[in-house]
Amino acid sequence: MISTENLTKKFNDNLAVDRLTLDIGEGEVFGFLGPNGAGKTTTVRMLTSLIAPTAGSARVMGYEVGKDDHEIRRNVGVLTETPGLYDRLSAWRNMTIFATLYEVADVPGQVEKYLRMLGLWDRRHDEAGTFSKGMRQKLAIARALLHEPRVLFLDEPTSGLDPEAAKLVRDFIEELSGEGRTIFICTHNLDEADRLCDRIAVFKTRLRVVDTTKGLREQMYGRQVVFHLADTAVAYLPVIQTQPYLHRAEAIDNKLVIALDNPETYNPELIRLLVEAGANIQFVGELRHSLEDIYLQLVNQA
Amino acid sequence: MIKIWTIISKEWAEVFKNRLVLFTVAFLPIILTALPLVTMYFTSRYSGEMSDAMNAESMAFFGDMCQGLTELQCTEIYTLNLYTLMFMILPVAIPVTIAAYSIVGEKTSRSLEPLLATPITTTELLVGKMIAACVPAVAVTWLAFLVYAIAAWFMVSDVVFAEAMKPMWWLAIFAVSPLLTLLAVSVAVMVSSRVTDPRVAEQLSALVILPLILLVVGQSVGLILINEQMLLWLGLIIAVADVVLVYLTIKLFQRENILTRWK
Repeated sequence: MISTENLTKKFNDNLAVDRLTLDIGEGEVFGFLGPNGAGKTTTVRMLTSLIAPTAGSARVMGYEVGKDDHEIRRNVGVLTETPGLYDRLSAWRNMTIFATLYEVADVPGQVEKYLRMLGLWDRRHDEAGTFSKGMRQKLAIARALLHEPRVLFLDEPTSGLDPEAAKLVRDFIEELSGEGRTIFICTHNLDEADRLCDRIAVFKTRLRVVDTTKGLREQMYGRQVVFHLADTAVAYLPVIQTQPYLHRAEAIDNKLVIALDNPETYNPELIRLLVEAGANIQFVGELRHSLEDIYLQLVNQA
Repeated sequence: MIKIWTIISKEWAEVFKNRLVLFTVAFLPIILTALPLVTMYFTSRYSGEMSDAMNAESMAFFGDMCQGLTELQCTEIYTLNLYTLMFMILPVAIPVTIAAYSIVGEKTSRSLEPLLATPITTTELLVGKMIAACVPAVAVTWLAFLVYAIAAWFMVSDVVFAEAMKPMWWLAIFAVSPLLTLLAVSVAVMVSSRVTDPRVAEQLSALVILPLILLVVGQSVGLILINEQMLLWLGLIIAVADVVLVYLTIKLFQRENILTRWK
């Protein structure tokens, strides 16, 4: 649905996006993570045909950026970094303007559908300027969906929202992904990316890594298993350290942290060795590094 | 066409909900309509000192314009002509407030990016914005002039009215004024899409009024005598300038620069 090849954007001498190559499939929720000024919004602007690439190429829904710009704009939905509503106009008016510009066939019907879906129907006659931040964001999301785009770009969809409003927006995005739409989310919210996205790209001017969150964890830290023992773990380290399938093992208080490739295969043997050596195993679990750890490590490497 | 109309109605809905803008649109026409009428009223009321025939000094000042008229009639015609010319400032002054804000206003309120992300062409967007600024200005100018003409018809003699409301002035108001409006709006929209502050846009766009003020001053001190031929030439030149400016406004509208200059 979205593919780029060496997509590059320069503003004078300032390189904003450097040879970005991506391939995003239909129905995928794709998280685009990066610090402020990383070039995320510039990438979204290029993919939505708002600005032209300096080099490289990109296709969205089969349309080529730079050649089929009108078709791209007609077929994708965009939630910009700020809602950009007409504050003096009612929610209804804001929506009908965009429905008409997006060439929606049944303007009142679509506007009603999305205002109801996002819980704004009762406030439809109120000026958008009187809305709370969360309501404004919901209205902007509704506006981006009026023409039923199969590809949706969301730039910081929950930025600045309170936890309740953010959850509502997240739930709605989950609902949208369930409808098979391709969703490209730029976000700082790593927890949100972890929960919503099928794959994640970490980006800072150029692409650092792209994978599923599980894949990223494995790429960065490998798979790690923690054995919680009843007593101090250091005495049991020599028992397992000789095993050839272990990458690394360390004892921290009453925990043994073991890095290995295939815990499903080797855990039973490790448990047997430890029990034979007299260890009282309380429980065994896989160690999961947070996406934040991964993100910070990647961004700091950049 | 429906997209252009959407932009027009959106602009009007926004503009006319802003009381300050509404005030700036209404203030000047009210003043320019009331001022000549008040002047006429007091001229006719306190005309005792004026002679029935033109004296040599008045003849020298008014020239051929007042052949066969009394000094009062001549003063009335002179006053009306001067004010009628000032009506030509209206179609330039009124739309500048609306047009100057049209792009930079959307930029500052961050509504331009979602708008540009829709499948609207630059021509549709700018034509919509230009019409939205032109129509109220032209309508208000025509309305103000009609009110002024009707009031003048009641207040002055037939001779004065016939002289002061010559076809030349109708041509000026109903044909040249809309062309002037388009000129002012094109310049204002062009400026609006190239600056980052609405105040700068308004100040720069307001400079379009300067040549008109020079024309008014020129006419009032007798340096320029506006006649039909001059108006026709003026109309033609402005029409050509309009075509060039509208083309340039659309051509110079750089979506990318406008979006990426936001900081």
